Amino acid sequence: MSKFNLNNSYKAVVIGGSAGSFQGVVKILSQLPKGFPLPIIMCLHRLKHVRNGFVEALSIKSVVQVTEPNDKENIKKGCVYLAPANYHMSLELGNHFALSTEEMINNSRPAIDITLGSCAYVYKDKLVGILLSGANRDGALGMKNIHDRGGLTLVQEPTECMIDTMPKAALAATKIDHVLKVDQIVEFLKELDKQYR
Amino acid sequence: MLDIDIADLKRISELIHQKYSYDFRNYAMSSFKRRVLRIMELKKLSVDALLKKLTDSPAFINEFLDELTVNVTEMFRDPGFWRIMREEIIPAIMLNHKQFKIWHAGCSSGEEVISMCIMLKEMGIHGDVNLIATDLDVNILEKAKAATYPIKNMELNEKNYIRFQGTGNFKDYYKEEGGNAVFNKDLFMNVSFRRHDLVVGDLFNKFDLILCRNVMIYFNQTLQNEVLKKFHESLFKYGYLAIGSKESLIWCDYASRFIVVNNEEKIYKKIKD
Repeated sequence: MSKFNLNNSYKAVVIGGSAGSFQGVVKILSQLPKGFPLPIIMCLHRLKHVRNGFVEALSIKSVVQVTEPNDKENIKKGCVYLAPANYHMSLELGNHFALSTEEMINNSRPAIDITLGSCAYVYKDKLVGILLSGANRDGALGMKNIHDRGGLTLVQEPTECMIDTMPKAALAATKIDHVLKVDQIVEFLKELDKQYR
Repeated sequence: MLDIDIADLKRISELIHQKYSYDFRNYAMSSFKRRVLRIMELKKLSVDALLKKLTDSPAFINEFLDELTVNVTEMFRDPGFWRIMREEIIPAIMLNHKQFKIWHAGCSSGEEVISMCIMLKEMGIHGDVNLIATDLDVNILEKAKAATYPIKNMELNEKNYIRFQGTGNFKDYYKEEGGNAVFNKDLFMNVSFRRHDLVVGDLFNKFDLILCRNVMIYFNQTLQNEVLKKFHESLFKYGYLAIGSKESLIWCDYASRFIVVNNEEKIYKKIKD
């Protein structure tokens, strides 16, 4: 019997994180089942003016190569995407990415709220949103958008977070379906994977 | 929370197209939606109130455009891009032309124009280059001409300049006046600013280099295709086009008439008429 009561209707997983999320993301990507069927779309706060290195660092242990999409790039199943430095990353109806250089939001570009909010709009109840450790409120509104559109919401267990402001802000902003440690998030993704086998 | 659906966004772009000479119908939907929501929030307007205001008060359109268009930019954004300009692209143009022309398409508040002028000055060829800087927003063009920016922006600009490895001292290019950095107007000696709309505007000149970085990301693919055609026609053969580092034109019909000169910095060269 499924622990998380999952099904195979989901079309994408979106992950947001900031300070203290790097290790968690690395763990998730390194333990991802081979051939994970959904695209994973990540928006992680990062240095605005360092374009190179981050995607490489994330890719070292990752099961799947992480890529920073170009504007208008189509989203493919089983790929892992990272919002590029100094651009906001949205999803567009029609299944492609849209980048923008608009004003910073929550002092961030890329801003997690933009990525999560646009994913919620495009995927509605077919989306899993995961918010990890972080030091500001970015992502809380995005998680609310996901919940309001019927998607599934997960946050990292605040006690496990290096900085718990971000998951706590999400917990205060909306209904969170699961509060999980990183190991449990990995379990969750493995179980999600099984639904598609 | 404010929201707006696609039908209302279409009503807004249709109204603007019919009543004013601007065409946002082929703007990328996700950013267009955020910009319109931002205006509704700033001006405390509902969708109907916004439509009414656009219908009844023509003066509002300039204010609307000013907020709708994205005017966030910085000097020497992507310092690696500017190093390649200085070390490869400009020297390549100079091999064949003693004098040449540059178009900054969608110049916004002018930071890229200033960056280019500083670079050309440091290369000692400032007098040999004609620059035309265009934007559809008259208010932002006035800001660009004034070359006056909040002093707090200078920290980032100077950091970029240092990473670009400029040969001068960045602070020498401006004076501090009342919390602002006012750039030396000599930098603009060969620059003409003019209003021009990439979407509906006619072609007006031929260039050796066009810079249009992070402008076409706000267009959908149909419009990108049309604008690339205009750029193609506005470039001399073997002229260069630079777009934003995360933009791509590979899906455009005209892409085959260009080659990629630098894929990291998205610099293309026209090789076919």
